[in-house]
Amino acid sequence: MRRLALTAVLLLWGGTVLAIGVDPPLPDPAQEARAQALAREVRCLVCQNQSIADSSADLAGDLRRLIRAHVVAGDSDAAIRAFLVARYGDWVLLKPPFEPETLLLWLGPALLLGLGGVVLWRRQRRPGPPPAAPLTPDEQARLAALLDPDRP
Amino acid sequence: MIAELGQFLLVLAFGVAVLQGTVPLVAAMRRHAGGMALAGSAAVLQFLLVAGAFACLVHAYVTSDFSVANVYHNSHSLKPMLYKITGVWGNHEGSLVLWALMLTLFGAAVALFGGALPASFRARALAVQGLIGSGFLAFMLFTSNPFARLDPAPLEGQGLNPLLQDPGLAFHPPFLYLGYVGVSIAFSFAVAALLEGRVEPSWARWVRPWTLAAWSSLTVGITGGSWWAYYELGWGGFWFWDPVENASLMPWLATTALLHSAIVVEKRDTLKSWTILLAILAFSLSLLGTFLVRSGVLTSVHAFANDPARGLFVLCFLAAVSGGALTLFAWRAPRLAPGGLFAPVSREAGLVLNNLLLATLTATVLLGTLYPLGLDAVTGDKISVGPPFFNATVLPLAGILVLALGIGPLLPWKRGDLAGVLARLKFVAVAAALALLVGLWLAGTGPLLSLIAFAAALFMAGGVLSELAQRARLGSLGPAAAWARLRALPRGAWGMTFAHLGLAVTIVGIAAATGFGEERLLQMKPGDRVSLAGYQLTLEGTSRVAGPNYVADRARFLVPGLPAMEPELRRYDAPPMETNEAAIANRPLGDLYVVVGAAAGGTVAVRAYWKPLALWIWGGGLMMALGGLISLSDRRLRIGAPLRRAALPPATVQS
Repeated sequence: MRRLALTAVLLLWGGTVLAIGVDPPLPDPAQEARAQALAREVRCLVCQNQSIADSSADLAGDLRRLIRAHVVAGDSDAAIRAFLVARYGDWVLLKPPFEPETLLLWLGPALLLGLGGVVLWRRQRRPGPPPAAPLTPDEQARLAALLDPDRP
Repeated sequence: MIAELGQFLLVLAFGVAVLQGTVPLVAAMRRHAGGMALAGSAAVLQFLLVAGAFACLVHAYVTSDFSVANVYHNSHSLKPMLYKITGVWGNHEGSLVLWALMLTLFGAAVALFGGALPASFRARALAVQGLIGSGFLAFMLFTSNPFARLDPAPLEGQGLNPLLQDPGLAFHPPFLYLGYVGVSIAFSFAVAALLEGRVEPSWARWVRPWTLAAWSSLTVGITGGSWWAYYELGWGGFWFWDPVENASLMPWLATTALLHSAIVVEKRDTLKSWTILLAILAFSLSLLGTFLVRSGVLTSVHAFANDPARGLFVLCFLAAVSGGALTLFAWRAPRLAPGGLFAPVSREAGLVLNNLLLATLTATVLLGTLYPLGLDAVTGDKISVGPPFFNATVLPLAGILVLALGIGPLLPWKRGDLAGVLARLKFVAVAAALALLVGLWLAGTGPLLSLIAFAAALFMAGGVLSELAQRARLGSLGPAAAWARLRALPRGAWGMTFAHLGLAVTIVGIAAATGFGEERLLQMKPGDRVSLAGYQLTLEGTSRVAGPNYVADRARFLVPGLPAMEPELRRYDAPPMETNEAAIANRPLGDLYVVVGAAAGGTVAVRAYWKPLALWIWGGGLMMALGGLISLSDRRLRIGAPLRRAALPPATVQS
C-alpha cells in the first residue's frame, strides 16, 4: 500500500523535470521545508560537489521528487536518509554519519583545540628563567647609597 | 616561431633558476660576496625570461595560433578578445605560466627592494625562491609544456568552458596566485632565517610587508571568486566548501595567523619558532592546494586538468619543499632562544589565542577536505564531507574567534587586566545582548544562528571602535584633540581597524543572506506575477537571442521602480554546454536574484531569490584587503626596514 502511494506521488510529480531544478512544492509548507532541508544534505551523485537542492542535473531532480514522495508518505528524516544510504552508500550524504570510521573527523577539531590548549597551558606553567640571586650586602649598601635622597 | 621562442625562454629561465637556487647558498656559507650578489641579478633575469615566455603565450592566444596545442584546446577564433587573453590562464599549462610569472615577480621585487636586508640573508632567501622556481619550471617543461605544437594545425579551436568566459577570470586567478605565491616569500625568509640560525624582531619587520601584500591579494582573490560564483553559477550561493575553495581558504587562514604572530615577534621578540613554522606551513598549504587542484584526486568544479603524472610530480615537489623545510626546522628551531615572557592575560596571550583558533580552523578545513581521501585509501569506504560538516565545526570556532577579537586589541602588552577591559566594553556587550533579545523578539523562532552572528559582529565592531576611541583618548580629551590624535595614528593602526571591521561586515552579510533570504520556485507564463520581499516581479515574456558564441533563452521581468531584469539560459556551441545567466538587481537592503530555465510550451521555470545584505559579504572582504593595503603603506614599514641592528651580538643563538 505504501509502495503504491509512493508510485502515485511519483507519477503525479513526474511531469515536470526542468533545467534549473524548479519543481512544484508540496502543498504543506512544513513538509516542503523538511524536503528542502533534506535535499540540502544529499549529494548530487553525477555533479561535482553540489547538493541536489542546488543542482540542475536530471538525477538531482529525480532524487528531489523521491524525497518529496517519501516525506508525503510520512517517512521520518532518518528513514529517508537510511533509504538513500541503502541505495547509494554513505557517499550520498554530505553530512557524514557519526560512526567509528568518522570519529576522528567529527572529534578532530575539538581534539586539536584541546591539545593546543594543553600545550599552551604547560608552556605557561613552565618555569621561566631562574630568579636573579639576592643582592649581596655589598650591593645593597651601594644601592642604598645610590637611592639616598640626601646624597649630593 | 614565437611559440618556440617562448619554450626556449622557459628553458633558459629554468637554467637561471637552478643557478639562483644553488650558487648563492654555497656563497653565503663561505661568505663569498660575489656569489651572494649573483642571487639578485639571477632573480631579475629569471623574471624577465618568464615574462617573455608569458608574452609569447599571450601572443599565441591573441592571434588564435591553433598549431599550439594549448591554444587549440582552450580557445576559439570567435571568442571575444578579453576571453582570448584571460583564457591564457583558464587552463592547466597556462595557469602554471601565470604562477611562475608571479613567483619570479616576487623574487625580482625582493632583489630590487630588499637592498636593506643583510647580504647573506638576502642571498639565502633568493636562493630558496630560485629552488621553488626551478621546481615549477621543471614541472612545466617535463609534464605540461604550454608551447607543445600540433601537426597538422587544426583550423578551429575547441573553445573555453563557458563558465570561464566571464570577466571574473580576468581578476580571480591572478589575485589568488599573487597571494599563493606571495606566501612563498614568507617561506623563503623563514628558511633563510633557519639557515642563518637566528630570528630577531627585525626578521618580522622584513617579512611583514610581503606577508601583508600576499594576504591582501589572497583576500581579494577569494572574495572575487566568491562573488563570481554567486553571480555566475546561478544558484545564489557564495561559498560551497568545495575542495578547491578550501585549498585557497587554508593558506588564507594560515597567513592570517602568520600576520598576527609576526606582530608578537616584532614587538616582543617571542613566539619565534612558532612563527617560522607558520610561514613554512602557510606555503606548504598553498602547494597542497595546487596539488589537490592539479592531480584530480578530488572532484571539483575547478579541476580542469587531471593527470596522475602531474599529480605525482606536485606531490614529490610538495614533499621535498615542505619536508625539507620542516626537517631544517626540527634541526635548527630548538636553538632559537625563547624571548620575552608574558602573562596569561595580555596582548600576546590574545594573539596566541588568535593563533590557536586560526590553526585549529586551518586543521579542521584540512581534515574535512582530506578525510574522504584518507578513509578511501585505508578502508575503501567512500564518504562525502560537505557543507553540513564544515558549518558544524567551523562556525563555533569562528564564533569564539570573533568574540576574542572584540576584546584582544584592548589588552596591553605583557600584562593585562581582563576585568578592566570587560568593564570598558560593558556598553558594547549590553548593546549586543539587547540586539540579540530584540532580534529574538522580532523574529520569534527565526534563524537563531544568524541572530547570534549579528550580536557577535556587533560586539566585535564595538570592541574595535572602543580600541580606536581609547587610542584617541576620546573620553579624556575633547573631540578636537581626539580628532588630532586619530589623524596622527600610524597607518598600521588604521589598517587593523579597517580589516577587523571588514570581518564584522562580512559576518553580517553572511548571516543576513543565509538566515533571512527568501526563495521562490515556480513556473510562470507571460503576465504572471510573483511577489518577493515586497517587490512585484511580472514576467513580460521570453525571447531567443544570439550572442557572439552562444544562443540564449531570455526572459524579461518588469519590477516597478527598477530596470527590467533579464535572466538568460545560454547554450554554447564550443564546447556544447548550458549555463544560467542570473539577473541581479542590487538594492540598498539586498539583492533580487532571478534565474530561468528553458522556455517550453509558453511557460518558463523561474527561481527567484531575495538575498538581504548580500553585497556586504564581499564588501567586507574588500575592506579587509584594503586594511592590509593601508597597513602596507605605513611609513614605519618603509623606514623601519633599513634600521637593521647590525651591531646586535649573535647572542640569540645558543649553541
